[in-house]
Amino acid sequence: MRFVDEFRDADKAHALAAKIAALCEPGRSYKFMEVCGGHTHTIYKHGLEDYLPEAITLVHGPGCPVCVIPMGRVDDAMHLAARPDVIMTSFGDMMRVPGSNGSFFDAKASGTDIRMVYSPLDSLKIARQNPDRQVVFMAIGFETTAPSTAMTMLRAAAEGISNFSVFCNHVTIVPAIKAILDSPDLRLDGFLGPGHVSTVIGCRPYEFIARDYHKPVVVAGFEPLDILQSIYMLLRQLAEGRSAVENQYSRVVPWNGNVVALKAIGETMELRPYFEWRGLGFISHSALRVREKYAAMDAERLFSVPGVRVADPKACQCGEVLKGVLKPWECKVFGTACTPETPIGTCMVSPEGACAAYYNYGRMNRNRVPEAAPAGQS
Amino acid sequence: MCLGIPGEVIELHPEQSDLAKVNVSGVKRLINIGLLSDDPPKPGEWVLIHVGFALSKIDEAEAAAAMEFLEGIGQAYEDEIAALRGSLIE
Repeated sequence: MRFVDEFRDADKAHALAAKIAALCEPGRSYKFMEVCGGHTHTIYKHGLEDYLPEAITLVHGPGCPVCVIPMGRVDDAMHLAARPDVIMTSFGDMMRVPGSNGSFFDAKASGTDIRMVYSPLDSLKIARQNPDRQVVFMAIGFETTAPSTAMTMLRAAAEGISNFSVFCNHVTIVPAIKAILDSPDLRLDGFLGPGHVSTVIGCRPYEFIARDYHKPVVVAGFEPLDILQSIYMLLRQLAEGRSAVENQYSRVVPWNGNVVALKAIGETMELRPYFEWRGLGFISHSALRVREKYAAMDAERLFSVPGVRVADPKACQCGEVLKGVLKPWECKVFGTACTPETPIGTCMVSPEGACAAYYNYGRMNRNRVPEAAPAGQS
Repeated sequence: MCLGIPGEVIELHPEQSDLAKVNVSGVKRLINIGLLSDDPPKPGEWVLIHVGFALSKIDEAEAAAAMEFLEGIGQAYEDEIAALRGSLIE
């Protein structure tokens, strides 16, 4: 495990904690949003907040694809799946997300033909094996998964498969970040940019955040030291009065992203005028739909979908959690009515959801390392 | 689903240039490498795999670190490996 030690070295973590503390201006507080649910997971698993001075608060962002799917879309998918001619396919993460009348798992248990798949390509195989049925893939996710859906559609078109379609719920991260920046609820000082989304879209789409909102952005890796180093890079920009997009995760993320992936998305999908996000409401140009050219693979065109807007359960405060206004444990039902086994809200469903991360690692109190105390204090 | 899992490319598919066999924690499956067509991976190279597609090339150190992180997160990783094991890509 020689390699891993490079990313986990406790001495380096303590050294970074001291450098971070030294960069904090006395009397100033800092709020940084980690956009990606994978980062939230690392932060709680390793207790990284213990390495940060009291002046720094990490706010969890909306980057959990399962968490932002509104209930109405789950109900629409359920409506499609209930058709006798349809086989619905879905990623495992989506199976427990509650709709108005239960989850995919509940529907499957009562006989609806919903199958869990690892890849959209698996759905294509199911379509080949069942030529007399319509196979509808529940496509969800940010720009990390959208290329896979796009490539699968291109393959289906090349093979002339006519019984495969996509119920497209792909969302794009940048408009959600913009909505958060424009929200009056929250004042942020900078962003930890999502690592894997950026392998696809690259770093340029974040430039408006630095240019127009004057906030620093650091695209970050998923190891504990990656995150601490990225926080240090954010603070250094602030200390130097700069705002720029920097790439801490350059060992994986190319500055220009994956051009093949972007082309595949652009060929098969286009931006919707608006899309509803759970907790964030309607955000313009924030999601993808299937292009007219591929209408034969668009479940929304092929079948009628109710498209009814469904309000979230009253007790659930996922919206506030997704915007970073509430910490998960401040939600009234956290850990009582809402647990990973019986989730009410989406943030408790996915392992990338902030509530599930808090619940699983039980980090409600901070126990700081000495290096995290500001200079001159202990 | 959103977990990127590292895999080592073992061999390229002899007929379909967009498929390759990878080894992920001992599970050997076909994945699609079409998104890396600008610079296709060779056997022995490591890739980050998302839902059956190689999204980027990574070096071995990154792969080892990512793998340990994933193994440490427990159930989500086990679900992902189980899903990969059941994958039907051909």
